[in-house]
Amino acid sequence: MILRAEWIKFRTVPTWTAGLAAAALLVVALGCLFASGSQMSCMEGTREVKCPAPPTNADGVAVEDKFTFVHRALTGDGSITARVGELDGTITYPPPNHDQIVSGIVPWSKAGLMVKDGTNQGADYAAVLLTGAHGVRMQHGFTHDQVAPDFASARAAWLRLTRAGEQITGFVSADGTTWQKIDTVRLKGLPATVRIGLFVTSPSGVTVNEQSQGGHTVQARFTQSTARFSQVTPAGGWTGTLVGHSDYRTGWQKTHPPGHTESGGVLTVAGAGDIAPQTHAEGLPVERVLTGVFAGLVPLIVVAVLCGTAEFRRRMIGTTLVAMPYPGRVSAAKAAVVGAASLVAGLAAVAVTLSVGLRMLGANDVIVLPVPWTTTLRIAVGTALLLALAGVFAYGMGSLLRRAVPAVVAVTALLVAPPILAVTSVLPPGLGVWLLRLTPGAAFAIQQGVPAYPQLSAPQTVFDGYFPLAPWAGLGVLGLYALVAVAAATWRLRRGAA
Amino acid sequence: MTATIEVNGLRKRFGPAVALDGMTFVVRPGHVTGFVGPNGAGKSTTLRMIVGLDRPDAGTATIGGRHYAELTRPMRHVGALLDPHALHPARTGRNHLMWLAASQDLPGSRVDEVLALTGLADVGRRAAGGYSLGMRQRLGVAAALLGDPPVLLLDEPFNGLDPAGIVWMRDLLRELAAEDRSVLVSSHLMSELQDMAGHVVVVGQGRVIAAADVNDLVGEYASLETAYLELTAGAGGIR
Repeated sequence: MILRAEWIKFRTVPTWTAGLAAAALLVVALGCLFASGSQMSCMEGTREVKCPAPPTNADGVAVEDKFTFVHRALTGDGSITARVGELDGTITYPPPNHDQIVSGIVPWSKAGLMVKDGTNQGADYAAVLLTGAHGVRMQHGFTHDQVAPDFASARAAWLRLTRAGEQITGFVSADGTTWQKIDTVRLKGLPATVRIGLFVTSPSGVTVNEQSQGGHTVQARFTQSTARFSQVTPAGGWTGTLVGHSDYRTGWQKTHPPGHTESGGVLTVAGAGDIAPQTHAEGLPVERVLTGVFAGLVPLIVVAVLCGTAEFRRRMIGTTLVAMPYPGRVSAAKAAVVGAASLVAGLAAVAVTLSVGLRMLGANDVIVLPVPWTTTLRIAVGTALLLALAGVFAYGMGSLLRRAVPAVVAVTALLVAPPILAVTSVLPPGLGVWLLRLTPGAAFAIQQGVPAYPQLSAPQTVFDGYFPLAPWAGLGVLGLYALVAVAAATWRLRRGAA
Repeated sequence: MTATIEVNGLRKRFGPAVALDGMTFVVRPGHVTGFVGPNGAGKSTTLRMIVGLDRPDAGTATIGGRHYAELTRPMRHVGALLDPHALHPARTGRNHLMWLAASQDLPGSRVDEVLALTGLADVGRRAAGGYSLGMRQRLGVAAALLGDPPVLLLDEPFNGLDPAGIVWMRDLLRELAAEDRSVLVSSHLMSELQDMAGHVVVVGQGRVIAAADVNDLVGEYASLETAYLELTAGAGGIR
């Protein structure tokens, strides 16, 4: 009854429905404009080529999978043991002068033992490994990482990897006699025959330069690492594979090719690349298509605020409360109507933008960073919910302040401004992070497709599009603001009508 | 006696100003009751209190023995025209009535009935912002009649009406009262009330000065206007 009355009120003011439609159209139009203007091309050596789609792991997460793998078949259960050490390598043209190729290893260069479901990129694996500066770790499925606590700064170690069915267990030892278990992980659907062996890889060396006017620039440079594997059991019968490498070699690589050599039972393996989740570098994050939400929010906020203020500006609240003398229920019904209308507009806008925008990006050979379908769904539904909660929040503020201009300014300043200012590095990073925790702008975390991983060397700050709160927690902050605004408006309405 | 309005000892202060000072009267069905008094005598405040828009400091206002806030679908019990401008200007008159009808669980067909009854059938689909004051009064009456209530409260319904509109309003109110409804009409138009009202409540300074049948007052003072002026002499409204 009250809901239906409030819904009729909402839909019978033409400027409000038009404003809501404008919000949806802005999201779609800006998304399509962005998609149509996007281009992407990649270099293969000196040739410009269509960018290849990055491989994905079992969950559909885009990954980087490039390393030197010295392996043999393992059928059924079994294990591999080796002493790994003497990590060494090359960093090309590092700071300060960027004019020399120097020897050295980057913190996340990796050398260790691996069980992998074949040698294709993206194939599931588990590994126990020694890193350049982060000690001994067990990693699997590209996104999981577990440090061996007593070996957090080891420079050499005995490593062992055992397979029992789908269970892979990693061990570490300082002397090859007393072993410490790091972790047991399960690789779902691992076939009977897998590849087991030694690997080395080395991600780009990264330097982050803080800019005096805010933000930072990131420099990345090629690196390659070598490691010595001794007392390897089982021994012999090795095949070398450069997983994920193209045939192209730079001049330096021609004289220092990745691969392996064996002499006197000691294997020396050289490798470059990484085994890790893919960050934004190799593809467009899917949420980028939805940046029109920032623009679409403006008409949405105006409409929602006016829904709240019009009652008071026109003294209509008197008519409303004579018809429905229940201020609490009227206020809740109004919030529900504004929220539901915004949600429907948001869902339509997001659905159209994603389907059309992604198709346009595909036509332009732009690689959209693969994410699990659950993530895409969360971004789509979450963005629509963000719009709905923004509508409720704006209605609450309008109804509380009873004046349109201050309410629109307040909601825009709290919801739209913080993420724009923080991400575009107008604000110092500390302040930006706190604003994205405390203001309703935290809700934009719901759009983050790729989470931050501690085991990556690339910077993952707010400038790089990483929000400090988890997606649903961020949306919850906006929900809380909306709830408080509507509650305060209801309280004011109960206190003294019109 | 569900159609009786009982106002009992209403008191209200707005800061230092006393708006109501023990306002007490009863409105019975079957005739139009005029509610007269100088500006600021407390007429509008009393009407607002009857429908729960203002809270009294003391006293009660009931409809058929019940407080307004206790009524479910209140517009089926009481129809009120308090502020003809309380409209969204972009919404059509018909849609204004549509949301009101929905709030009382009334069918949309009832909206078209009251639009026809108040002569707004032709303009119902125009934005209410373009309505003249007279049209807004008609729309307000249409809203008040929506729930076919036994009690009607009308604050200055003749304002802004053209002569034909005044005649129409007078006949309508008389008819409504004849259908055994309680009809309380505040107005400054004594000659209209003299023709139309059976009873009149004269107020000043927040309380009732006189409540009597119109015929008795006319018999005593020759006309309602004279009676009003004599009774309210010295009871200037704005203090």
